[in-house]
Amino acid sequence: MTDPVFIVDYDAGNLKSVQRACAEVGMRAVVSSDPERLLDAGRVIFPGVGAAGSAMRSLSRAGLDAALKSAIRGGKPVLGICLGLQISMDHSEEQDTRTLGIVPGTVKRFRFDRPELKIPHMGWNEVRPVRAHPLLEGIEPGDEFYFVHGYYPVPRRNEDVCALTHYETRFASAVGWGSYFATQFHPEKSGRVGLRLLEKFSRWSGAPAS
Amino acid sequence: MLSKRLIACLDVRDGKLAKSIRFVNTKDIGDPVEKAREYYADGLDELVFYDITASSDNRSIMLDVVEAVAREVFIPLSVGGGVRTVADATDLRLAGAEKINVNTAAVKRPALIAECAEAIGDQNVVLSMDIRRVDRSDRFPSGYEIVINGGRTPMGIDGLAWALEGERLGAGELVVNSIDADGTRDGYELRLTAMIADAVRIPVIASGGAGEPRHLREVLTEGGADAALVASMVHYGDYAVSELKNYLHDQGVKMRMSW
Repeated sequence: MTDPVFIVDYDAGNLKSVQRACAEVGMRAVVSSDPERLLDAGRVIFPGVGAAGSAMRSLSRAGLDAALKSAIRGGKPVLGICLGLQISMDHSEEQDTRTLGIVPGTVKRFRFDRPELKIPHMGWNEVRPVRAHPLLEGIEPGDEFYFVHGYYPVPRRNEDVCALTHYETRFASAVGWGSYFATQFHPEKSGRVGLRLLEKFSRWSGAPAS
Repeated sequence: MLSKRLIACLDVRDGKLAKSIRFVNTKDIGDPVEKAREYYADGLDELVFYDITASSDNRSIMLDVVEAVAREVFIPLSVGGGVRTVADATDLRLAGAEKINVNTAAVKRPALIAECAEAIGDQNVVLSMDIRRVDRSDRFPSGYEIVINGGRTPMGIDGLAWALEGERLGAGELVVNSIDADGTRDGYELRLTAMIADAVRIPVIASGGAGEPRHLREVLTEGGADAALVASMVHYGDYAVSELKNYLHDQGVKMRMSW
């Protein structure tokens, strides 16, 4: 058993599925909104579903925004998931929200001319690593992960993009920035390949290159 | 490219798996947790549990089932049956359900859809619709009518109109269940599925009537469905989940093929 991982609780969705998946890969997890405990934890998972604006308000009300940034600056391994990824960018079109500014870039809404393209992008889709990263090791062509989102991240710098996914447009489905790694998909709902990513996270030092 | 989804629906009564033919003569066919585990290992994309427990005293058994499944099955899990309030929805979510299906209670009180969407997010609210064929009329311009109580009670609501209203109220997905096709194993109601899939911008799950692999192919192509829901086809061992996915993949339907 590793030290407990801190799951950031900020009223943004059901965190129990993340906690259960952690347990499955041998990671003890505490769900908490206490910024002190976040700073003490060995590693952090920053999940979330919901809207960017209200999520940012809950985060800053609890003082978790500053704690998260400081943890990442200090090289603590932090895994963002879905909304967690989106609000770590600079700005989101969703409710025109200024977000954490950990990864340079913005978050845009899917807009399609073809009505047969459903929004949100919901279901299983391929994740293609474009950069070597310890958490993406072992992902084979054709491996699919589970997505549910209507907005997608657009990192400003190419080197922050770790994986791409295609849904009419090509978007960054995983980004990495120092000891911060984040996925637009849900590893906790993505079967064996998702659990493998979480398992790698449980042992990751926080160094971006292997 | 987004894959089409294969979803298995498990009807649960008093904690046991049941399967109905045209919603009557339900019989128990096994342990839902064990089935869920088996399908997950065999590449299922998503699971739906439908609680058909008659007595409200036994509702908590369902929460135990959901909890047990959520501990070992790491794909989206959707639960419905008897969801009448936001509290019902949040209880199920805490037990481990990702998505909540609403049906009868939403027909009776459509605001339930908006309330659940507000509480747990649009994308987690699935509107299940039981629909039967009727003559086209001013009242039923689509030629389909919404029914409840397992098809026994017609509601006087046009099927297509209800789908659009559900989308407007914040449902994140629609299950289109054809009462005429359900349990027949003669194939999905393609015309109904395509009509609704064309009209809405949220994903559509086709339900009712699957008996052969080609039925799945038809509804995922001509029927325009984003996902196909199966029950008896897999529950009785006629087809394995992986067998259906392999077939669909061979037929050119984009499926998740590694798990």
